Amino acid sequence: MSELFYDAAPNATRVAPPRPTERDYPDKPQEVILFGTCVVDLFFPEAGLDAIRLLEREGIRVQYPQAQSCCGQPAWTSGYADEARGVARAQLDILDAGIPVVVPSGSCAGMFRQHYRELFAEEPETLKRVESLEARTFELTEFLLKVCKVQWQDVGEPTRIALHTSCSARREMNTHLHARELLSTLSNVERINHDHESECCGFGGTFSVRMPEVSGAMVRDKTRSLMDTGADEMVTADGGCLLNINGSLDKQKQAFRGRHLASFLWERVSGEVKA
Amino acid sequence: MSARNNILNKLRSGLAGTTPRPDDFNERLVTEPWQYRPEDRIKRLRTLMEAVHTEVHQVDSQNWPEKVAEVLAERNLSNLLHAPATGHGKQLAEYWHSSGQSVDLLSYDRPIEEWKEELFWNVDASITGTRGAIAATGSLVMWPDRLEPRLMSLLPPLHIALLKASEIDDNLYAVMKRNNWSAGMPTNLLLVSGPSKTADIEQVLAFGAHGPKELIVLILEDA
Amino acid sequence: MNQRIPVTELTSSFRERATCALDDSQLRTNFRTAMDSLMQKRADAFPDEDERESLRELGNRIKARALSQLPDLLEQLEENLTANGVKVHWAETTEEANEIVHSIIEARQGTQVVKGKSMVSEEMEMNDYLADRGIECLESDMGEYIVQLDHEKPSHIIMPAIHKNRRQVSKLFHDKLGVDETDDVNELIQIGRRTLRRKFMEADVGVSGVNFAIAETGTLLLVENEGNGRMSTTAPPVHVAVTGIEKVVQNLRDVVPLLSLLTRSALGQPITTYVNMISSPRKPDELDGPEEVHLVLLDNGRSGAFADAQLRQTLNCIRCGACINHCPVYVRVGGHTYGEVYPGPIGKIITPHMVGLHKVPDHPSASSLCGACGDVCPVKIPIPEMLQRLRQENVKKPSEGSKVKDGGAKYSAKEKLVWRLWQTLNTSSLFYRLFLWGATRFRKLTPGNVGPWTENHTAPVPAKRSLHDLARDHLSGHGRSNGPTKGGQ
Repeated sequence: MSELFYDAAPNATRVAPPRPTERDYPDKPQEVILFGTCVVDLFFPEAGLDAIRLLEREGIRVQYPQAQSCCGQPAWTSGYADEARGVARAQLDILDAGIPVVVPSGSCAGMFRQHYRELFAEEPETLKRVESLEARTFELTEFLLKVCKVQWQDVGEPTRIALHTSCSARREMNTHLHARELLSTLSNVERINHDHESECCGFGGTFSVRMPEVSGAMVRDKTRSLMDTGADEMVTADGGCLLNINGSLDKQKQAFRGRHLASFLWERVSGEVKA
Repeated sequence: MSARNNILNKLRSGLAGTTPRPDDFNERLVTEPWQYRPEDRIKRLRTLMEAVHTEVHQVDSQNWPEKVAEVLAERNLSNLLHAPATGHGKQLAEYWHSSGQSVDLLSYDRPIEEWKEELFWNVDASITGTRGAIAATGSLVMWPDRLEPRLMSLLPPLHIALLKASEIDDNLYAVMKRNNWSAGMPTNLLLVSGPSKTADIEQVLAFGAHGPKELIVLILEDA
Repeated sequence: MNQRIPVTELTSSFRERATCALDDSQLRTNFRTAMDSLMQKRADAFPDEDERESLRELGNRIKARALSQLPDLLEQLEENLTANGVKVHWAETTEEANEIVHSIIEARQGTQVVKGKSMVSEEMEMNDYLADRGIECLESDMGEYIVQLDHEKPSHIIMPAIHKNRRQVSKLFHDKLGVDETDDVNELIQIGRRTLRRKFMEADVGVSGVNFAIAETGTLLLVENEGNGRMSTTAPPVHVAVTGIEKVVQNLRDVVPLLSLLTRSALGQPITTYVNMISSPRKPDELDGPEEVHLVLLDNGRSGAFADAQLRQTLNCIRCGACINHCPVYVRVGGHTYGEVYPGPIGKIITPHMVGLHKVPDHPSASSLCGACGDVCPVKIPIPEMLQRLRQENVKKPSEGSKVKDGGAKYSAKEKLVWRLWQTLNTSSLFYRLFLWGATRFRKLTPGNVGPWTENHTAPVPAKRSLHDLARDHLSGHGRSNGPTKGGQ
């Protein structure tokens, strides 16, 4: 079976996402832009900072344009294409500098890489700028693995974790493979598969508030299978999923939590343990 | 005819200014993964058909009627429906009479309307020929005709099918091409891959849903 | 088991029905078990990823080619079928299709109809239509039969009775057919066999669907495992096939990959027990088979989807059900929650064209857009993209006009305004940073109840300082805060 095959669970496997288009990775650049994403900005800012630290550790200068906001995804997936386009245009202007854009959230990276071209399909001039952005956009784990080719020494205590990847990011960019490979280089980290691993956590942006009953059933199943692994914590590189999963765990009064992958990785390589 | 015209007009206006896509059918994709060495074809066919509850025997092309008698005796069946005007029908009848078989040999030689009740309820087994088989999927190719009607392979609880070993093809595409199906299709052409089955209750597999409960394939090795 | 009220008969919304279904633990277990097994079977049926992907690509091209010349192929199909002796009828609406079927039955003074599995006849609600006119129309697929006996609708397009377990079927047979209860699935199937065999024998007309209609040869191809399809199309003196106009393919060879994709995606089978290709009625010297064969070609909104190049891809569908089996929403709410004939992802993208968005306003949004459906679709329909498009059509101002029937069904001036404000917030650096400032400064004031979100989550509390602030300080080399910044929960 191909490495792409996503072994969701012993009792329920789902096929791999379609093969990713082979991507040529550039040499490690001197400078990148971090696009923080609105969810990380407001709810997980420390993870964004940890992403900056991880990049700086590789000798890369990081820019954080203060004019950035949201990639436009919430409006886009809600059917408000005009509003999404307006917001997307603003981000395009900010990210036009021609240097790589690193995104610590899978689905937002996917928005740049896959959906801006749909938003601007009828604007040939803008489309050229979109193509440039597509080529320069990297999801954080992909960038660390494929562009920085990180060689880390794990200085953390032995730990067992479960990994969750955003469905769209997995499909659009195979983020699950990148995250797995990064985690496998950490000698004291044991990654445990969870039941129905490839199944959606139920977030889906506005889906979680439009269909709270179904979304709630999905996230409760997801949190149960995460906890059933007996892992110490869950890690994910997608802000939306993290907000959903942690919010549900808190509501259920569970001690188990998820953490942004950037923070987890920074802790493993820097030894800096935060409260 | 207004519905017809309305539908076609709507479709045509949807296609305004476009041209049909070219036919880029790539036959390699449906043949290459499904090719077998001649000696492996029977093996593959057997494996797949047995996996879906089919009994397969390799028999001599002269002596197969003996196997038929044996199969019926094992099951204690009282009659067998055959097609008297076919070559294999005649061969069977000859053996039946010369060996004094006690199992009634029934003939499908009149329109269904004349004996529907009997055909539906009182026939234990049937025997038909085939027009070959497909190794890739474990399927028999059946081409019912006026001598060997369609319901013969459907109504009796046991269906025995005769297959010539030399007529097993690798895949559906090969059968289709070799026999030039697209030049003229019969009233009814069938691929049969096992006895009738269903998994509609709890996905539990049960055989004999509406068609035969048992399928026996006799592969006739050419002398 | 109490008398169940079929969920579809209630006038309720998707959400209300979903809530009901989610509370039924037996139902959820039935679906989870069944879908897990179907997903596994499909995975096992495609052991070679390269083979699977190239076959899907081929399947997509074949359907795209057929659709790119659909009107011509329909005419070619009609011409060849007619030459073969099959009578072809056209229906724009389900009402017209029912009238056609009814008139065929009437011409034979028929009173009994047996039906092989046909989703199009479900679209038509043919059973009820004929029953109202004194004609018994009996389902003969085991799953469909069980569902019909219980006055329900199918909950899955391939496995209609998947929501029931054996005890429920046993009880049903006991109540309706007067047989002893049994836990033995084989015995239950044999009860069905005996009951339906008499019906096959007595029926005046057999009705079936069609999986592929081949223009080149004038052939109707049907796949099935049970033999009821062969029975319905062979035993009665008249066979009426009903199908959607999108089922036509150009050449006979086109069905080779499509057939393989269909049976492997649906049930993980290399092929179904029967592949039944019908090209003509009984010829003068033949001893069985129907004397008349009819084909009813139904539009029912399909030409509406066809009119738009993007939405047209919906018509690639070969009805395998793989998208349903892999859908994390379907597995939890089951088929009846969708309230229409086609459930799951395919139902969400095809139903609006048939019944209009007014009837299914929640269909486009009842998805997390996880994309599992698109990943497994054997003819590569970009289902998430279709859902996205339908969402746009759904919230449009009705006066703007829409390519989709009843577009704008979910238009709300208030919601539009909220997104306009959202746009303003996210396109103005000043407003956005003011918002961050406010949200972090007054984080303690975040209400504990923020609408539907707090049904499943605690309210999210903004961090003390935004990433904008942390990054600015960090990058300018005088980070004020080295301590933890608690965020989220």
